[in-house]
Amino acid sequence: MAKELFFIIIGSVFVNNFVFSRFLGQCPFLGVSSKTETAVGMGMATTFVLTMTAVAAYFIQNYILVPYGLADFLQIVSFILVIASLVQLVEMVILKISPALYNAFGIYLPLITTNCIVMGVALLIPQYNYNLIKSVTLGLGAGLGFTLALALMSGIREEMEFHDVPEALKGPAIVFITAGLLSMIFLGFSGLVPLG
Amino acid sequence: MANSILTSILSMGGLGLALGGGLAIAFKKLAVEADPREAAIVEALPGANCGACGYPGCGGLAKAILEGKAPVNACSVGGAKVAAKIAEIMGISGVEGAEDKKIARVLCQGGKSKAKQKSDYHGVMTCKAASMVNAGPRACSFACIGFGDCAKVCAFGAITMGEDGLPIIDEEKCTGCGLCVKTCPKMVIALTSSKQEVHVRCRATMKGKDTRAVCSVGCIACKQCEKVCPFDAIHVVDNVAVIDYEKCRNCMLCVEKCPTKTITSKFPTRKKAVIIEEKCIGCTLCAKNCPVNAITGEVKKVHAVNQELCIGCGICLEKCRKDAIKMVREGQEKIGDCRECAASN
Repeated sequence: MAKELFFIIIGSVFVNNFVFSRFLGQCPFLGVSSKTETAVGMGMATTFVLTMTAVAAYFIQNYILVPYGLADFLQIVSFILVIASLVQLVEMVILKISPALYNAFGIYLPLITTNCIVMGVALLIPQYNYNLIKSVTLGLGAGLGFTLALALMSGIREEMEFHDVPEALKGPAIVFITAGLLSMIFLGFSGLVPLG
Repeated sequence: MANSILTSILSMGGLGLALGGGLAIAFKKLAVEADPREAAIVEALPGANCGACGYPGCGGLAKAILEGKAPVNACSVGGAKVAAKIAEIMGISGVEGAEDKKIARVLCQGGKSKAKQKSDYHGVMTCKAASMVNAGPRACSFACIGFGDCAKVCAFGAITMGEDGLPIIDEEKCTGCGLCVKTCPKMVIALTSSKQEVHVRCRATMKGKDTRAVCSVGCIACKQCEKVCPFDAIHVVDNVAVIDYEKCRNCMLCVEKCPTKTITSKFPTRKKAVIIEEKCIGCTLCAKNCPVNAITGEVKKVHAVNQELCIGCGICLEKCRKDAIKMVREGQEKIGDCRECAASN
């Protein structure tokens, strides 16, 4: 069991990194990666929401959708519903418990609702037939992978500020190229652990 | 089929109801009590959401004031009145309004009659659009275009377009919010202190000869103002005179000297120092500090100001410890439109 969980973590952080190999969550990956500080903050917030979503998705799938035979056509709708309410709830809880943390997250917290990694994880859990612990691990791993991707990208982008980028490639162009190169680097991890 | 529709509706409805209800309860239970003072401060602020304070709208400023990040007098638009109200809400007393009210000034006098046109413009009648075509229709590329973008953007109705095609700013209505400053594509509007009376009304950085060729009231960088200023407050930088408002004392020497009438003052005549004889104890402090030696008198005897020499800088007023000096201006009436005062000089 422990070995499997370890594989899931390594698999979702490195081998099947949600940003670099599955190409999910490109919007925050490119949008929030200009400063390391905010990038890591966004990563942490997303990790938190992902873990919560994994739990919720597991219960919805196995106790509502499958027993009533609705999994084929109501999966996405119900997951959207759950994710949106979850983010709202998380926002309220954080505001109550720690206003400082709430201010640090700022606008990123509600933005996570539309992050497709969250949806991706929710949809992958029933596909892989994971149990509760494995689902949580997948959510956590996906979040850590996303944080890693954001931290790497923001580090590179901060460094890039000081370098002479060709005129034609300035702005988003060089960022896309960098993202592609990073993605290829992560391809090197493939085969490290068995998929799934 | 009907069964699956029913279960779908029931399960989704139930899920939505449960989540919605849960959120509603959570909202009640977890509600963070908003400070009632915030709403009160928002109420007290002018509500123009102009952003002159540097915060996103009046709500943003109210929050910053509550958190102590902004002073209670941060709203330059509301001035002393609003500051007093907010101070009351915050329980702070003895706070004065934003002491230095800023007023927008038009730093160009190149109206239709003064500045040459290089082309006729028939496009979209906004300054922004016109400024994109060959740097505007005026021959001077620094000149006011005169289509009134500033007048349109002013939320307080303080800007009207004069007959000569230059904006006229109503100093009473101007709140110093800076919207016009941001809007002007030629950047000929600037915010300066309401106490500042003397301004260089030209921003053209061309060589003096080139400026002269396109505008009769442009700064030709002759440096006469620089030489005449007793306070080292005006300097020609990049072919245009610039006043250091920290040093300027509104003595108007440069206004009188300026050959092109580029430098203007709010008043046609300067104020003069007058010694109140009953209060003067003859301490000689004023005489020692006068930059033009206009004050004479013996120790322990009443001093006198030579009205011919006095430039009205007000240094003696500040130095006098007995409040024995007042500043008096001949013809106290203010000139509303600065182009007239340029003509009357």
